[in-house]
Amino acid sequence: MTEATTVEIPEGAQNPVEPFLRMDRMPHIWCPGCGIGTTVNCFTRALIDSKANLDKVAIVSGIGCTGRVAGYAHLDSFHTTHGRAIPFATGMKLANPELKVVVYSGDGDLFAIGGNHFIHAARRNMDIKVICVNNMTYAMTGGQSSSTTPAQVISATSPYGAFEPTFNLVALAEAAGASYVARWTTYHVKQLSRSMEEVLKKKGFCFIEVLSPCPTLYQRRNKMGDGLDAMKYYKQASKIRNGAPTGECTLSKSGEIVVGKFVDRDRPDYLELLRAQMTESLGERYVESEASCSC
Amino acid sequence: MHADPKGVLTGVHFLDGDHACCEGTLAAGARFAAGYPITPSTEVVERFASRIPTVGGIFIQMEDELAASIAIQGAVWAGAKAFTVTSGPGFSLMMEHIGLAAMTETPCVFVDVQRGGPSTGLPTLPSQADMMQARWGSHGDYGIIALCPNSPQECFDLTIQAFNLSEEFRVPVMMMMDECVGHMTEKVVIPEPDQIEVTPRRYTKLSPEEYRPFEPREDLVPDMARAGAGYRFHITGLTHDERGYPNMSVETQDRMVRRLQTKLEPLANGRALCETENLEDADVVVVSYGITSRVAQRAIQFARARGIRAGKFRLITAWPFPAERIRELAGRVKAFVVPELNLGQMVLEVERAAMGKAKVIPVSHAGGTVHNPDTILNAIVEAVR
Repeated sequence: MTEATTVEIPEGAQNPVEPFLRMDRMPHIWCPGCGIGTTVNCFTRALIDSKANLDKVAIVSGIGCTGRVAGYAHLDSFHTTHGRAIPFATGMKLANPELKVVVYSGDGDLFAIGGNHFIHAARRNMDIKVICVNNMTYAMTGGQSSSTTPAQVISATSPYGAFEPTFNLVALAEAAGASYVARWTTYHVKQLSRSMEEVLKKKGFCFIEVLSPCPTLYQRRNKMGDGLDAMKYYKQASKIRNGAPTGECTLSKSGEIVVGKFVDRDRPDYLELLRAQMTESLGERYVESEASCSC
Repeated sequence: MHADPKGVLTGVHFLDGDHACCEGTLAAGARFAAGYPITPSTEVVERFASRIPTVGGIFIQMEDELAASIAIQGAVWAGAKAFTVTSGPGFSLMMEHIGLAAMTETPCVFVDVQRGGPSTGLPTLPSQADMMQARWGSHGDYGIIALCPNSPQECFDLTIQAFNLSEEFRVPVMMMMDECVGHMTEKVVIPEPDQIEVTPRRYTKLSPEEYRPFEPREDLVPDMARAGAGYRFHITGLTHDERGYPNMSVETQDRMVRRLQTKLEPLANGRALCETENLEDADVVVVSYGITSRVAQRAIQFARARGIRAGKFRLITAWPFPAERIRELAGRVKAFVVPELNLGQMVLEVERAAMGKAKVIPVSHAGGTVHNPDTILNAIVEAVR
């Protein structure tokens, strides 16, 4: 990991991340105490520290509170349909491999309605970076249960308490074939920024889960306090265990939160596999894709 | 501009409609396809998968039709010309992304080789029952273009047109084939590349500071930008203003939604693609499209042999529907006969356009095979009685 560089505040700006945001769209829609803005701050820091050419970074979101991130990022940004950010990103990456394509969306979007796309993109080792802000609820629509809502939690659609078993996102990502898997909370801003910087530089399918508070809809119903209380919980309950077996990293309503980088492996990505197979089968007849030049 | 020679298989071929359609995509400049297997359409992408590695491009088989129909849109915004292919059940799954393409004005082509429905229906047998779905299948108000080939040659020719129209109007274009046309094998002539006109994408010439992604030109269509070119633009399926930013105002919604439809008006009438015969003296006009137009041709010949003044009006662009052309005919013919492989879809448009000035007689068929020409002939005879 590289040390974060010192960032100058640009002239006329009040914050170093301003050039990375569409300031003409502020104020944003997120509630006080919500963690999504914190993750966006970490992401902009990662963009700065990775020294990525921002003209070549595209960000794709689905639908939901986190789905609004693409709309605030001053990048080529695409706010797509519910659950389908990953296949959109897949098409974009394959048509122009020089782009770094980041998918930024929530737990409901990526793992309920979009779960099939997630496992297939991981299986293919598609060279896209998926950041999931997990607030354990459908926040945009009023706080319904998602596939990550822990047992006992009261939600708008589980008024007597959730009881369905949940997805362990990091285990799912590893099992499906992701090259990089990490989990942090919005308390771990330094670590999260570094993980985001790492995935911007890493090839293949990379996944970061960020636990993030939703005071308005999740915590209020469950008498879990406000955004600050969530930070206290994250601070007290989190255990950094880099390399921990992801199968042991299940989350619960108020139990231990295992965070860290769990998987960092090198596998050939989709385009490398494609090129190798076509070269083996077709030899000199194979013509490298020039999809992005066809117009 | 002319077609890129790399994708053009110039010569005289013996191809089915699905394969001819694939050659049309390559000639049109498509270098990205995403698909999901479904009968009777799969041959289009099977051929593309075989051809594209030696042309230069990408084929990816996605995990479902939802994925295929949005992967192509990611590819388009990255700069490619792209398409997907499906049949009824898959077409149903693609509806949300037809809406996204209409809303974000993403030029792309959806090929639907129609089979009998509803649901799984008749996987290997023809119908023309997706015509209304093609027009109205996604929620909200928007416009699309739909083309109906009736031969393998037209599967090639109209696929190129489909891509050209999608670039010109920035809309999703539906190639509404049917199982018969898709699996029928005939002579297909593929011209020299310099004989094939291809419409390039219109990218903005403005600087990133000046560019507004949804600021329409005089023809109501905005210029595009592509990801990676430094424009850092935003695209959303939400109602948006000219900057592409979400805007929930009634005024913005009105302006945007109306433009999504009115930009297609030039194609509705003056430029509508259709094939007509013997309209000058016609008492009855058979309005048909796709494979049914070839059966209708036979019925019209029988009718003429009997001394009935029957004419032909073949819809090639089914959407936007050429209402003015039909209305004009309605003032001087006795009746329209509308055979189609469904229980009455485009016939409703003919009725609407005729405004009661001529009888409109449906010849419906639930699908699974084509009409018997005698059935259409009987309707023609009945119409002039």
